[in-house]
Amino acid sequence: MIPPSFDYHSPKTLSEAIGLLSKLGEGAKVLSGGQSLLPLMKLRLGSASHLVDIGRIPGLEEIKEEGGFLKIGGRVRESDLEHNAVVRQKYPILADTAAVIADPLVRNMATVGGNLAHGDPANDHPATMLALGASVVAQGPKGARTIPIDGFFTGLFETALAHDEILTEIRIPAPPPKSGGAYVKLERKVGDFATAGAAAQLTLGPGGEVARVGIGLTNAGLTPVRATAAEKFLQGKKLDETTVRQAARLAADAADPSPDRRGSVEYKREMARVLTARALKRAASRAQGA
Amino acid sequence: MAMHRIQVKVNGAAHESEVESRLLLVHYLREMLRLTGTHIGCDTTHCGACTVLLDGRPVKSCTVLAVQADGRDVMTVEGLEKDGKLDPIQEGFFQEHGLQCGYCTPGMMMTSHALLKANPNPSEGDIRQAISGNLCRCTGYVNIIKSVQHAAAAARSRS
Repeated sequence: MIPPSFDYHSPKTLSEAIGLLSKLGEGAKVLSGGQSLLPLMKLRLGSASHLVDIGRIPGLEEIKEEGGFLKIGGRVRESDLEHNAVVRQKYPILADTAAVIADPLVRNMATVGGNLAHGDPANDHPATMLALGASVVAQGPKGARTIPIDGFFTGLFETALAHDEILTEIRIPAPPPKSGGAYVKLERKVGDFATAGAAAQLTLGPGGEVARVGIGLTNAGLTPVRATAAEKFLQGKKLDETTVRQAARLAADAADPSPDRRGSVEYKREMARVLTARALKRAASRAQGA
Repeated sequence: MAMHRIQVKVNGAAHESEVESRLLLVHYLREMLRLTGTHIGCDTTHCGACTVLLDGRPVKSCTVLAVQADGRDVMTVEGLEKDGKLDPIQEGFFQEHGLQCGYCTPGMMMTSHALLKANPNPSEGDIRQAISGNLCRCTGYVNIIKSVQHAAAAARSRS
């Protein structure tokens, strides 16, 4: 399959890219790794009259800790995130997530920013970023703005990004001591989207009680789902079999999945429950180990 | 039709071509450069038959635009053999019967070649993980894994 005709632009700077997007209007799309966009165009599920490739703009592929944040450049590739030493040591939830996105070949092209900006609730990073309380930096004609992840996903394949804005960075608050996180995904085979997926990020207080918790769900609705009732329930409580079970049930209640070849609504909701419990337990053991 | 002039190094040789924006890398390699060793399988980013190395990393060339490869280095299965001598990975697939119909083999070899560059002594788990984006419908993967192990052992004994 060959995508429909379009023109291709390869700006060398961010301002040139933003200028192109502004000038070309709604028909122009940002090309990052292309691992979602190009298949959509080939299958005629999506179209663009212009692609603005941000792959030749320097400075968008860095991963660094700075000013109390882990800063992930918008064009950081999944395989680089997966193998980054700081990420593996301090943000294992991100390494968990990157390692189950598509397959290793796709991860050599696919980018973290693209995974978020695509606005697909079946993608894996959204749940993780909700759990982490991340924010994204968008650069547009009026400069840069920071968008909290809670307000980022506005609809199916829709985000808060304007058509002439580029997601240039993801900021994750550096976790305090006694923090841990995990992402678990159920997939039929490598490369498939999640039947269900759950992300949990925890910080434990001095007495082992939950000081902060974030829980996100993959493929559990039209937008990525944050399980706020489960988070509220756990606040200030110790994690044990009973509290984890109850939190997992509350998270499953927040899931509103669609039936498809991966399973029925009931099955997917049940899997959201099971995976939330597993993610919480793994997050807790990592938080205790830290 | 939007045309672009691109310069791509393929298997060490520099090529300069005029391509349409929408031309996929796999079509560029097969149809313009006549390097038909790279196969088109599913054409939907699933099977990995079209795997080539882009700046050393294995990628699915059905999901990369030729224009994205401008200024970059591509290696295809034709680049494995050097001066009439098979690459250890080719030798491994030959010795261990790592193929039946052969359709997935170029992609399997490119992914494995990149794996052995990064990790000369992979465990079976490492190999299975590395080739998890390359589908084979014949072998059941057992002989493919043996082939990669054969190549790893050969490369170790040589160095």
